Amino acid sequence: MSAVIEHRPNPPFDIERDIDQIRADFPILSMRVGDKPLVYLDNAASSQMPQRVIDRIVRYQTHEHSNIHRAVHYLSETATAQYEAARGKVRAFINAGSEREIVLTSGTTDAINLVMHGYGRKFVDAGDEIVISAIEHHANIVPWQMLCEERGAKLKVIPVTDAGELAFDAYQALLNPRVKLVCITHVSNALGTIVPIKDYIDAAHLHGIPVLVDGAQAAPHLPVDVQALGCDFYAFSGHKVCGPTGIGVLFGRAEWLEKMQPFKGGGDMISSVSFEKTTYNVIPYKFEAGTPPIMAAIALGEALDYLSEIGLSTIARREHELLAYATDEVSHIGGLRIIGTAERKAAVLSMVVEGIHPHDLGTLLNEDGVAIRTGHHCAQPVMTRFKVPATARASFAFYNTFAEVDALVASLKRAKSVFGVG
Amino acid sequence: MSVSNQLYQEVILDHNRKPRNWGALAAANHRAEGHNPLCGDHIVLTLDVGGDGTLAALGFEGEGCAICKASASMMTTVVKGKSVSEAETMVQQFRDMATGKLDPERDPHQLGRLKVFAGVKDLPSRVKCAILPWHTLLAALHRDPVASTEDPTS
Repeated sequence: MSAVIEHRPNPPFDIERDIDQIRADFPILSMRVGDKPLVYLDNAASSQMPQRVIDRIVRYQTHEHSNIHRAVHYLSETATAQYEAARGKVRAFINAGSEREIVLTSGTTDAINLVMHGYGRKFVDAGDEIVISAIEHHANIVPWQMLCEERGAKLKVIPVTDAGELAFDAYQALLNPRVKLVCITHVSNALGTIVPIKDYIDAAHLHGIPVLVDGAQAAPHLPVDVQALGCDFYAFSGHKVCGPTGIGVLFGRAEWLEKMQPFKGGGDMISSVSFEKTTYNVIPYKFEAGTPPIMAAIALGEALDYLSEIGLSTIARREHELLAYATDEVSHIGGLRIIGTAERKAAVLSMVVEGIHPHDLGTLLNEDGVAIRTGHHCAQPVMTRFKVPATARASFAFYNTFAEVDALVASLKRAKSVFGVG
Repeated sequence: MSVSNQLYQEVILDHNRKPRNWGALAAANHRAEGHNPLCGDHIVLTLDVGGDGTLAALGFEGEGCAICKASASMMTTVVKGKSVSEAETMVQQFRDMATGKLDPERDPHQLGRLKVFAGVKDLPSRVKCAILPWHTLLAALHRDPVASTEDPTS
């Protein structure tokens, strides 16, 4: 554990007051790109990791590693206890009712595919419908297309307004007894829109339709309470909440997980195996075949502790301040247009600049040490809808500063002068 | 010189703003589409290969970044009038330059002012932007309808 943590003032945190300490928690933030300080604004793609999570990984591999749920020796029992403790931390982080409802996966994509196989292939038949939205990440589109193709079901899409908000009335009109699942994002990765997800869940439940929420972009940025939301499934990734890659979470209500078929077959997901018949393990283990990413799960638990100590409400407020400041600053740049202007947004700023392709923008910004994401953000239907080939996306985390927003703005202006546009 | 100053020279910015040979040829006898699925660059190249085996005319259109568009524009001006085999040699040389295998200041080449693209070798994520038009040219010459930067053989 690093000394910085121990000298922390007690919560509630004031991020602006404590920003130097918070940034010191993340060793990568002090690196340089060429001769420029790194300005990391690609947090929607992947967040950075605090030293205490890095230390946790080292401690695990140094003193605790073994396979879990198997042997009776000391290390295996230690690793098993730590892995299950991480499951408990995940449960608390999203306020699930029981650890039985927390399946550890390899990421959000894996979690959604688990529901596609476990629920979709069991309960979706020809003529049924799956409802998704127009602002989904490919990870919440493609599995459902595959399912629909296989089962002869239909994919229905909730339209999006020019501001990037979902059309609730149109959504309600899509709900009918043929709909077997609604799959919808909590926060759009390409536009930043925060979907008022509870309204969507409540409306589906009026028709008895379960709802899967893609929380990959929401879990790092705002408090999530799956019991208050009432969702049936909630998925998110470890590497976007200051944890490592290779670990993710599927929350599933126990009544669904019990009824679903396993996704992958193998060790750990069984209670007994013979060549005549295999009996599956209880939930959540039924869905965790093979040796899981033990180290990554334990590190995820540490990352969630870190975020929880700062407080998700504090993080959300900080990121909103950064977004408001950045939105205001870039709006003074001529020829720059923000794609995604929903009333409620997470700290995502998707931009296009007239006369400069987003990839050229990304290359020029990189030279100033400014790391943004350029491209379609795995949301090609969003790009098509807003008639842009790609966008340049800056996405902020609580550890970003107002000075970094200034660096972004200065770099955007420099890019314009290189291209001779304004 | 910084990477962007080296790469985003006036000649490239000029071809980006005013691409030469823009549009589809009415009398094309070769055509191919080039697509980079990672970044969305997409170009359509049409060729008129004359009876004498030279590239009599070329046209291109599409959507892409400055590197891709300028590379396509300059390519069309440079290979016009060349024989198919000369064009193929240039494709190979351009590809080698963009990936750092050919140093235009040291190694022999026929690339001429295309050497302004040499700096792209230091930007691995942009190499494909520069090469896409050249892959597309090869595809058109070989009558493959589609070239992709993700083709493992390319």
